[in-house]
Amino acid sequence: MSSIRKRAASIMHTKIIWPITALAAILLFNLFFVPGFFNIEIKNGHLFGSLIDILNRAAPIMVIAIGMTLVIAKEGIDISVGSVLAIAGAVAISLLGVVPLWLAIVAALIVGVLCGLWNGLLIAYLGIQPMVGTLILMTVGRGIAQLITEGKVLTTDDKAFGFIGKGFFLGLPFSIFIAAFVFLFVLYLKKRTALGLFLEATGTNKISSEYAGVEPRKIYLFVYIVCGLCAAIAGLLVSSNISSADANNAGLWIELDAILAVVIGGTSMRGGRFFLAGTVIGALFIQSLTTTIYSMGVPPERIMVVKAIVVIVVSLMQSDRFRRVFQQKNKQAVAG
Amino acid sequence: MNGNVLLKMDDVSKTFPGVKALSGVNFTLRKGEVHALMGENGAGKSTLIKVLTGVHAMDKGVVKLNGRLITAKSPQEAQMLGISTVYQEINLCPNLSVAENLYIGRVPKRRGSIDWKRMNEDSERLLKRLNLNLDVKQPLSDFSVAIQQMVAIARAVDMSSGVLILDEPTSSLDNQEVQQLFDVMRKLRDEGMGIVFVTHFLDQVYDITDRITILRNGALVGEYETSKLSKSSLVSNMIGREWREEDEHRKKEQSYTSEVTMSTQALTRAGSVKPVSLSVKKGEVVGLAGLLGSGRSEFANLIFGIDQSDSGILTLGSETFQSMNPKKAIRKGVGFCPEDRKVAGIVGELTIRENIVLALQAKKGIFNYIPLKKQQEIARKFIELLRIKTPSMEQRIDNLSGGNQQKVILARWLATEPSLLILDEPTRGIDVGSKGEIRKLILDLAKSGLSILIISSELQEMIECADRIVVLRDRMQVGEISGDHMTETNIMKMIAEGGGSHEQYSQTGS
Ligand SMILES: Nc1ncnc2c1ncn2[C@@H]1O[C@H](COP(=O)(O)OP(=O)(O)O)[C@@H](O)[C@H]1O
Ligand SMILES: [Mg+2]
Repeated sequence: MSSIRKRAASIMHTKIIWPITALAAILLFNLFFVPGFFNIEIKNGHLFGSLIDILNRAAPIMVIAIGMTLVIAKEGIDISVGSVLAIAGAVAISLLGVVPLWLAIVAALIVGVLCGLWNGLLIAYLGIQPMVGTLILMTVGRGIAQLITEGKVLTTDDKAFGFIGKGFFLGLPFSIFIAAFVFLFVLYLKKRTALGLFLEATGTNKISSEYAGVEPRKIYLFVYIVCGLCAAIAGLLVSSNISSADANNAGLWIELDAILAVVIGGTSMRGGRFFLAGTVIGALFIQSLTTTIYSMGVPPERIMVVKAIVVIVVSLMQSDRFRRVFQQKNKQAVAG
Repeated sequence: MNGNVLLKMDDVSKTFPGVKALSGVNFTLRKGEVHALMGENGAGKSTLIKVLTGVHAMDKGVVKLNGRLITAKSPQEAQMLGISTVYQEINLCPNLSVAENLYIGRVPKRRGSIDWKRMNEDSERLLKRLNLNLDVKQPLSDFSVAIQQMVAIARAVDMSSGVLILDEPTSSLDNQEVQQLFDVMRKLRDEGMGIVFVTHFLDQVYDITDRITILRNGALVGEYETSKLSKSSLVSNMIGREWREEDEHRKKEQSYTSEVTMSTQALTRAGSVKPVSLSVKKGEVVGLAGLLGSGRSEFANLIFGIDQSDSGILTLGSETFQSMNPKKAIRKGVGFCPEDRKVAGIVGELTIRENIVLALQAKKGIFNYIPLKKQQEIARKFIELLRIKTPSMEQRIDNLSGGNQQKVILARWLATEPSLLILDEPTRGIDVGSKGEIRKLILDLAKSGLSILIISSELQEMIECADRIVVLRDRMQVGEISGDHMTETNIMKMIAEGGGSHEQYSQTGS
């Protein structure tokens, strides 16, 4: 009996319960209020429906949020991911037809790595604050993307490239496989190398970690590079999905969705412990929320407000202190 | 005797997951007394204070202040009731100025905006009361840990009305500063204040307190008048078995060989360490003595590569080095327990297991991951070996008491199988029982061939452990003593002489 209660208590204490609850709630809401939300059809061997659509659209957010999780775990932030996404998309599409497809993709990824390297050097080695350091690339980055596209919206009709963000594999959107791959790869880094330990240690106490022989700067540099790479992958997904590179609008505000996904997933902005699965569910939640709001026919100008309210509630639930106050109130109410 | 009861705690219990931290404890504080709260690490002293001041909610029990039932739900509420506390961990804001720290949350205002002039003047006056002369406009982080601690105390003293609680405030103060603090405490006591004082220094207990309450394993052992309780029965009551002072003065047999593990030749860093040349042999324990600020920790930082030397040579084994960094030092077999456990030792959010394997993992490198099974094996081994008191290795380290945290840090280094271990204040803020254990461990390790460089402000401790003591003064090596010459008097003499003028430890910035 008491062991069941203990297990229940320990589940309540694991952070992942909150994003799962939030996701379940929004799905439940859709079950009752959005007819046909759960309908899935099969057309030409591919699955179609709102749920599939959510998965497909959540993929870029997920990929970026996974990179962002690492950066936040070290008590940093990267607000340049939207711009890096745009640059990578521009690089890929402008190179299509000029060089082989694989080279265009690799070039886009390398550009992402370079962007991450730039951020990492500014922050880890020049000691610039993360918000300020990545702000530089955030603002300059769109300009760079403009230069690459020469101020136009570049389009492509390359079928093979289109497969990345629009194609189907085993009946499911291919993008979701890419997201899953990124997730598994980073999870591997966390669980099967010492990256997880070192990152959580430096994010919690940089000085102690340094005294224990961990090299915080190298870790920081590494996580910004991974974050840049993730943003570039998302850039490929997005530009492939819309078959074009839009320097101004691709990935606009995606950093906010990604940061929210991380926080909802249970990773604290103060650094330390990080939760990759939580982040993935957080990203799914945010995309479900966006899709739901659209399908409810909420006027576009109110969408941000609705989103904000839901996000505030979920973030409060995630806060230990808020929960404690809330629980104490409950206890008092029961006692009194 | 009961007429002037100020604070009374009755039948207080508190359980943390897996630990019964307090069970049915009574505690009485009277007006105009300094009351020592004693017990080994983990006995529940801090917890008793934290439930009193509303940091934690108690499971059971009542608290009466001046005969009235109170329940403080937060330190702020306790503060408003007149109970102010200096916690073991300094809780100030390092990047605010000294004055801001003193008046945070209660800044003097003039026409709606902060009255900086008054705040700074009041701060200076307040610090004068503790005989401190600081530039209150400088950020707190410019000052040493000791000064920061004094600022925390000044703030508490100023805000208190009736009850003042000091949880191990002296562990980072030097003798002169402790005396300053005691002067203030005596004054406050004479003004009728009740002061609760937690410390591990027995001499301080006999110096300043009127009464002693002893806890053991979360339970009350008893309340005694200080003048009627002998030192040995105090300690016996704390650790729960017979203890005699003579036990602490075991003379050490020499166990070192002629093989040199580490040596320095005129290792120097401008403004921090003047040329120091010393060597440590295999199995030898060398002590570094000197006052606070004499360059002992700074020298240790050079060997471990926390700071870089400007000139001089460091030799480890048969290799010489011009520059060093912690990772390299660890790879070359050096381990380092730093002075400030909270800032540079523990990684608070991580578990005991993770804290133990951290340095070993860093030594092996990021891709050479130690499998979980192996990590657990290592953690289990050291928890047993060092008798670390915890319900599980998956506990967060910051839930442990100070002595056990220190043992975890020791375990972290022993796991890397070092050939040289540098211990900077290894028993600071640790109770008598654990202190003895750690000293014994140091001797055992040396016997098994480990070279140890130890820094301790407790001279007696170094005399017990070390084969040889090197004395530093004003960042300079002034001498060395060994064997029967190692007495407190001789060391103090060497510290005092050497340069002639009797300089005082300077208190302006760091
Ligand atoms: N926040 C906490 N969570 C879990 N256990 C705790 C916490 N704080 C203290 N403990 C445990 O309670 C016991 C008493 O600790 P403490 O009051 O800090 O002892 P002392 O101050 O006498 O050294 C210890 O076993 C300690 O590990
Ligand atoms: Mg304590």
